[in-house]
Amino acid sequence: MSAPAITPYRSPQAVGRDGFAQLVRAEWTKLRTVRGWVIGLFLVVVLTDLMGLFAAGSSHTACITGPGRAPRTGRACAVTMPTGPGGQAVTDNYYLAGQSLAGNGSLTARVTSLTTEQASGIGPNPVASLKPGPVPWAKAGIILTASTRPGAAYAAVLVTPDHGVRMQYDYTGDVAGLPGRVSAAQPRWLRLTRAGAVVTGYDSADGRHWTRVGQVRLAGLPSSVRAGLFTTAPGWQTTSSSFGGSEGDGGPSQATATIDQVSRSGPWAGRGWPGTAVGGANLPTVGVHQAGGQFTIVGSGDIAPSSPSNGARAQTIEQHLVGVFAGLIVAIVIGVMFMTAEYRRGLIRITLAASPGRGRVLVAKALVAAAVMFVAGLVAVIIAVLGGIAVVHSQFGYVYPVTTLTAIRVVAGTALLIAVVAVLAVALGAILRRTAAAVTVGIVAVVLPYVIGIGSVLPIGVAQWLLRVSPAAGFAIEQSIPAYSQVSNSYAPAFGYYPLAPWAGFAVLCGWVALAFALAVVLIRRRDA
Amino acid sequence: MKAALAAEWTKQRTVTVTGWLLLAAAVVTGLLSAAAAAAARCPAAGCGGDPARVSLAGVEAGQAAVAILAVLAISGEYTSGMIRTTLVAMPRRTSVLAAKAIVVAGLTLVAGAVGVAGSLLAGRLLLPGRGFTAGHGFAPLSLADGPVLRAAAGSVLYLMLIGLLSLGVATAVREPAVAIGAVLALLYLFPLVAHVAASQQWYRHVEQAGPMTAGLAIQATTGLPGLPIQPWAGLGVLAAWAAAALLAGGLVLRLRDA
Repeated sequence: MSAPAITPYRSPQAVGRDGFAQLVRAEWTKLRTVRGWVIGLFLVVVLTDLMGLFAAGSSHTACITGPGRAPRTGRACAVTMPTGPGGQAVTDNYYLAGQSLAGNGSLTARVTSLTTEQASGIGPNPVASLKPGPVPWAKAGIILTASTRPGAAYAAVLVTPDHGVRMQYDYTGDVAGLPGRVSAAQPRWLRLTRAGAVVTGYDSADGRHWTRVGQVRLAGLPSSVRAGLFTTAPGWQTTSSSFGGSEGDGGPSQATATIDQVSRSGPWAGRGWPGTAVGGANLPTVGVHQAGGQFTIVGSGDIAPSSPSNGARAQTIEQHLVGVFAGLIVAIVIGVMFMTAEYRRGLIRITLAASPGRGRVLVAKALVAAAVMFVAGLVAVIIAVLGGIAVVHSQFGYVYPVTTLTAIRVVAGTALLIAVVAVLAVALGAILRRTAAAVTVGIVAVVLPYVIGIGSVLPIGVAQWLLRVSPAAGFAIEQSIPAYSQVSNSYAPAFGYYPLAPWAGFAVLCGWVALAFALAVVLIRRRDA
Repeated sequence: MKAALAAEWTKQRTVTVTGWLLLAAAVVTGLLSAAAAAAARCPAAGCGGDPARVSLAGVEAGQAAVAILAVLAISGEYTSGMIRTTLVAMPRRTSVLAAKAIVVAGLTLVAGAVGVAGSLLAGRLLLPGRGFTAGHGFAPLSLADGPVLRAAAGSVLYLMLIGLLSLGVATAVREPAVAIGAVLALLYLFPLVAHVAASQQWYRHVEQAGPMTAGLAIQATTGLPGLPIQPWAGLGVLAAWAAAALLAGGLVLRLRDA
């Protein structure tokens, strides 16, 4: 007798697929169905923008429009800066003894001395307060410029007190030539030649043996350009940091240069070298004095990219992003809870039963958290930047212009930063499993190094080191104006200058996140759920 | 009340995490202070440094451990459901919160005192080698010195008040992640907002209002006239924050179902 064949029961339902897409969908469902987390996502946007707008609104400052005048506010304080060929804000302020050159040609001159003085920034008579002082990046030499309108394209070879001969062009370009300080015993010959839009700079220590310093193509150079001898000296600034803030002191500088042996070739117009204070006279003492073949030119100002500094009444776009720290704290809280809530409610056992590939579960979770935070962050950052700029402009303030590519990097990079930190939070939640501890570690790792770095307790070197190795290095992605080695400034973290390049800093953060995530994957596989 | 205190003390004593967090608060404070002291430099006389503040810098990180301890003191009960047992045993909810506050304050005072003592010791040993010498106008750190004593004792009180502030916030919001996030946001966001405020006036207002920025004024021993807020007034601001948080927490605890 044989047993009757038993057909086991089979559900008529089609077999569900157990792919990665299903896993992501499951995690997305978990996230969007918890009301507190959805509110949290809105909170990311709201807090980021409210804090950013508060910061932009508090930038309303008074200014003193002239020596001995009362502080004023409003339109009288409007800050404007010329824009250079690269689209960046620049300083274009020097004394020029120049002529027109209508075609190809060259100009040669010898600089035999360059001395500098500093004036007090306060008080009714800055000239009376002039006294000798170091101005490392004072400039004297020959320049060829599209026009004397501030912000025009130019190329120049020049001597500096502390950085030797340089060829500089279009505000950001800077090439080193002969080193050493100029003096009567050690003069410097400089030469610029122009062929179409290409300008080449040479220097020489004896007027016979010439070395090419650099060559540049100046886009849109008209056929008739201004060229001649110039002098300028950037204002001096000292910053003393103390507890409870930093105090700055500063004022205008002036440089006096002696230039002779001027020779030229090509279609030059005119015989004399009339003086022009390009960008306005910073001090009443600027001017040119000619005796025989020798020119003495006094100049004040700078030809350089303008960079944010202490006390400047101008803002960078990333200053409107201070609210991102609030957004990050919310993102860390949500990211950690997204993971630890599974443990608290025992849901993790169901999750892992449904999808035994534990590493895959964690990846899906991180992916969902990152994607959601990226979108929320992007919305928040775009509103914060546009709103901040509108508020600052409504108060006659100035926002440093940036190229479209830089703006995209700052905005998308900051949203990416929030997304990556959310992944870190998920990983910390999986490693520590304890909500409060994971949230604290996340915030202390990401936000605290920055708080300490911009505070004045530590010396600048240590603050820079902190922002090089800690996860807070990632905030470098927000820096829109680079530090220029040819501009004297206090490039401290407190003034928005990070020690690492934007993507390098972001890579440091990503390294930390990768490390935490790898540890989380190892632990979730090894430990009992 | 005595029974409530005993109950809270037993709860804190018998949870392993309390010991670890107290240890963490003391060790993190001491280690980071030592690191700050080792990193500080005073190359010449009039370098503008504040040796007491440098050697107490670890408090900025150590307070995070104190905050977790205080948050868990109440949130832990909500996560495990213990709060219902607690409130059945002690129906006077205000007494429960008061007992918790006293126990948290006592524990953080001890941990804070150890951490601050370690910090000062590290500062006393390390700072003279970093240029903070008598020749540059700095006496070695000593508790016999009035301002240093105030900075040290004030830092211990500061940590205690941070604990009370965290307890109050956690009582109001219950969820530990949200509570700790809110506390750390309150502490760390004010200095960031103050930093981007372009006008000096706003900068001072924000520094005066923030619980951490105002409270840490207690550590200042040099340049007092230029501070946005004076030491004891600053600690008073933090005390007001803590009192407000406890009040809000107490009200919510009384009015809401557990």
